[in-house]
Amino acid sequence: MTDTALPAASGAVQPNRRQTKLEPWQDPGEAPYVRIEGVSKTFGAFTAVDDVSLSIYRGELFSLLGGSGCGKTTLLRMLAGFEQPTAGHIYIDGVDMSEIPPYERPVNMMFQSYALFPHMTVEQNVAFGLHQDRVPGAEIRHRVTEALELVKLAPQRKRKPHQLSGGQRQRVALARSLVKRPKLLLLDEPLAALDRKLREETQFELVNIQEQVGITFVMVTHDQEEAMTMSSRIAVMDAGWIVQVGTPAEIYEYPQSRFVAEFIGQVNLFGGRVVEDAADHVVVAADAAGTEIEVSHAGSVPIGTRVHVAVRPEKMAIAKDPPADPRNAVQGTVDEIAYLGNASIYLIRLADGSMVRVTAPNVTRMTELPITWEDAVHVTWPAFAGVILQT
Amino acid sequence: MSGRRWPLFSLMAFGYAFLYVPIGLLIIYSFNESRLVTVWSGWSVKWYGELFRNDQILEAAGLSLRIAAVTASLAVVIGTVAGLVLARFGRFRGRTLFTGMITAPLVMPEVITGLSLLLLFVALEQAIGWPGGRSATTITIAHVTFATAYVAVVIQSRLVGLDESIEEAAMDLGARPLKIFFVITLPIISPALVAGWLLAFTLSLDDLVIASFVSGPGSTTLPMVVFSSVRLGVTPEINALATVIVALVTTGIVTAGILLHRQDRRRQHDMQAAAAAGGRAADLARV
Repeated sequence: MTDTALPAASGAVQPNRRQTKLEPWQDPGEAPYVRIEGVSKTFGAFTAVDDVSLSIYRGELFSLLGGSGCGKTTLLRMLAGFEQPTAGHIYIDGVDMSEIPPYERPVNMMFQSYALFPHMTVEQNVAFGLHQDRVPGAEIRHRVTEALELVKLAPQRKRKPHQLSGGQRQRVALARSLVKRPKLLLLDEPLAALDRKLREETQFELVNIQEQVGITFVMVTHDQEEAMTMSSRIAVMDAGWIVQVGTPAEIYEYPQSRFVAEFIGQVNLFGGRVVEDAADHVVVAADAAGTEIEVSHAGSVPIGTRVHVAVRPEKMAIAKDPPADPRNAVQGTVDEIAYLGNASIYLIRLADGSMVRVTAPNVTRMTELPITWEDAVHVTWPAFAGVILQT
Repeated sequence: MSGRRWPLFSLMAFGYAFLYVPIGLLIIYSFNESRLVTVWSGWSVKWYGELFRNDQILEAAGLSLRIAAVTASLAVVIGTVAGLVLARFGRFRGRTLFTGMITAPLVMPEVITGLSLLLLFVALEQAIGWPGGRSATTITIAHVTFATAYVAVVIQSRLVGLDESIEEAAMDLGARPLKIFFVITLPIISPALVAGWLLAFTLSLDDLVIASFVSGPGSTTLPMVVFSSVRLGVTPEINALATVIVALVTTGIVTAGILLHRQDRRRQHDMQAAAAAGGRAADLARV
């Protein structure tokens, strides 16, 4: 990520890191830094985390993404040592963490509530962890100053937590968890308590700090936009399971299930049956939309299989004239238009009553929209746009 | 005062009068010259002089204060441990029984507490030769028994309101559980400790019934002196004593109130300043 990167417009994706070399998770020679092997956690009859296995590599900013109750926080607390796995093992830098209590793990956590010590100053809060390790006084002062400068809080070092704003408290919590230079930093909804504007600024600041200090971050979030903009890789969780692991672009462009497709961003789903299974493409006869959908990059899917085809709204085009190719096209009337400035969202009602969402960039300066309410329109998309989902 | 409000106002006036007129009368009559409490014969402070020459009362007051201080300190230590177990140890076998036993002294009639403790002390003395007769020690033990229950409840409610992730953060940063308790938990709940100490102190100072059961010769507390002398007829000296106590308590409460109010105002001021500064910092960061 470059320093000049601007916040992504809502819904848009941007590559987070330049692909200069093979990423660690693509490199078979690279050993995972954190290994989670078959970890489960049950509370009575409730299974919070269900047989999860994950590999996280050195220097990653790895996100656990999911709705509330999906087990992401429980997994994070097991990494910190506050919960013991019911089954399975966690290895950090090759060491089994099962028998190691939280106060001896090379792991620090930034809490959602920040959990600052209210009776200590900013400086004392940050120094606390170093005092526990009996670091010499001079070095403590040096490292505390360094950490406070990193989060731009040096002028506030003598303040108490209640004398700080929300954003400043968040940065104290970050400095306090970074100052011990842990092997792994855990962040539990690090930005949830900030207001929207501050949250966007802090996203980039956090990524910059992570790249400066080079510590491996594991972050829990329910906010898919936050996960997309910040992470090197994302694990999408649902009901204690990992549904999919991948880079933000992989998760967005190639979701492997309806859950992921619908959870991340907006998507149009067409149910149908596979009618043609060629080497370089698959054709699906859509049930309701009354069209055949060609998907160019799909693997082999047996003819007759029931599938869903997912198409992102921004990969669709909208026109009044009928397209030349009847494939990958549906017909309907414009039901709603939302003008966003840089783009417009159209909701198209198809003949069977279902809705298709199309996002079209506003490339020309319009005083009057060329397409308006109740117009009969054709929605088309290229063969590479669709993704076949079997679950 | 609008017409609609006067019933409310008079009700309130009556309520306050009910509370404070007796105390006012007591204070006025402590300056009565007469030996007869109910007959006014002119202003005088001579009963205060009598009071400070009365060794029995002064000794009893000193004993009461000593017992109260020791009771409060012991009750805070034991009550904090009990409150911690109730608030932090989650579910364990016998938790309900433990909770019930902690809070039982709160609802137990004092006569029963006093009587049962007396029986215990007698039995103990026969069995192991301790505590060797009733004395200030037995009063203190008895007071600690019931004051602990109050302290435990105060501490427990404070701990329940404390964000547990603060203690987890300390553990995450490398502090062991015992250290966390002394360096993080105790300082944060210190206002509750002070409140618990004051509560236990007041309860002990106030107690007549339990002390009557477990006291022995030579260990007469102030409430016992007051009560026994009133039975022989109220003397103006007791009025003077009561006035001194009222004055001390009022001073204490007013001072505490002012201190708390100041602290609160400073805190609010700080928080507003921080919010304003945070907003400005965010503006600067955007530019």
